[in-house]
Amino acid sequence: MNSFLIVLKRDLKLAFRRWSELANPLLFFMIVTALFPLALSPTADELRTIGTGILWIAALLSSLLSLDSLFRADADDGSLEQLILSPAPLGIVVLAKVTAHWIASGVPLVGLVPVVALSFYLPVDALTVLVAALVLATPTISILVALGAALTVSLKSGGSVIGLLILPLCSPLLIFGTRATDLAVHGEATAGPLYLLASLAVLAVSLGPVAIGAALKVGME
Amino acid sequence: MKLPRWFHLLGSSPYVYRLAGRLSPWLGAVGCGLIAVGVFWGLVIAPPDYLQGDASRIIYIHPQTAYVGMQAYVVLAIAAAIGFIWRLKLAHAVAVSAAPIGASFTLCALVTGSIWGAPTWGTFWEWTDPRIMFELLLLFLFLGYMALRAAFEDRDKADRVSAILGVVGVVNVPIIHYSVLWWNTLHQGPTIMKFDEPSMTTDMLIPFLLTMFGFMVFFYWLLLKRLRAEIVDREQGTRWLRELVTEGSQ
Repeated sequence: MNSFLIVLKRDLKLAFRRWSELANPLLFFMIVTALFPLALSPTADELRTIGTGILWIAALLSSLLSLDSLFRADADDGSLEQLILSPAPLGIVVLAKVTAHWIASGVPLVGLVPVVALSFYLPVDALTVLVAALVLATPTISILVALGAALTVSLKSGGSVIGLLILPLCSPLLIFGTRATDLAVHGEATAGPLYLLASLAVLAVSLGPVAIGAALKVGME
Repeated sequence: MKLPRWFHLLGSSPYVYRLAGRLSPWLGAVGCGLIAVGVFWGLVIAPPDYLQGDASRIIYIHPQTAYVGMQAYVVLAIAAAIGFIWRLKLAHAVAVSAAPIGASFTLCALVTGSIWGAPTWGTFWEWTDPRIMFELLLLFLFLGYMALRAAFEDRDKADRVSAILGVVGVVNVPIIHYSVLWWNTLHQGPTIMKFDEPSMTTDMLIPFLLTMFGFMVFFYWLLLKRLRAEIVDREQGTRWLRELVTEGSQ
């Protein structure tokens, strides 16, 4: 637990010192969501129907942008090797790093999405469900993104491959997330997809760090 | 625990190379034979479907390719897990060999599905159909696995990293499958794997099962062929391989 807190603190400190890296995915999210209305020039009604999908896809794509900061710098300066060699269990260390990544990139995104959602004429009542779905989905996204980063950590430029690896695995999140938001927009019960998102988060958070740790070990050999 | 001798032999490249060479003609003959008989039975002897007419006869090809594609991913993941845990190079070779075959079968399933969809659903492609989407995502999983491998220059590292992706992927396959099923669908429900009577007459069921088993055997035939090529590629410069080549040229 102690090692978890130490790594978490260190990573958060590093993350908040590099403001631009934190801001880039958020800016990317806003630009992508702005491009859709430009390309489609929809009416308010159309915007409401396609809005949830656009928000979720843009959120997913922008989270891919932040993955290079996860392990790359640590791998380059050798601290990742030290973390792997340290007596602390690797799964805990990985979990701390992913948690830091989630706090630094997932949480700001969750804060930003409702604002953009309002501009897509999503009803205010649906925003709580949208936020809840995002809070439940972003940890899983962080785990998957971290897995992609860990698998490609020893590659000079892993960026082009990672999207190919991660996006198919993200499809259930997209389905349940948009489903929950859509149901909320139409004023229906949303518990089902939210529970499913929660169960995926539990699965990812409990098993993901083991796989990520294994990938890091292989990558740093 | 004392492992039997044949288990250790499966770790030896020359042994597996020869074993695969001996098995593959049999698998090839049985697979192609079953497919030929099944296709002939299905196209000529079996009655046409009362609703879809002769268009339904693609049922002797299309579901089979989809099943084999999924099976290939499971084979890939199991082989990759064995290779990762026990550091068996040959298991990795099996996983590598299974990927392109599985991708091809999945692509075949998509193509034959579109061909079937055109006359019966009135569309080649339906984005909201769960099984089309599942097959498409499965194809992307195969391609992602292959792309990850291709990105590494060191084969040993590629083996172990891609093995992790394979195992994570196979955990995700059922999740993707059921999440995608959330849409309501044009696709006809399961025909064979139902707990009550199969909704097929015996005349249609027999050729269906013949081609199903035929395609499965066919898959393992292709797998062994690729495995042999993969072994030769991996064992370049070893003595047994050089001896094998010089023996063969004499």
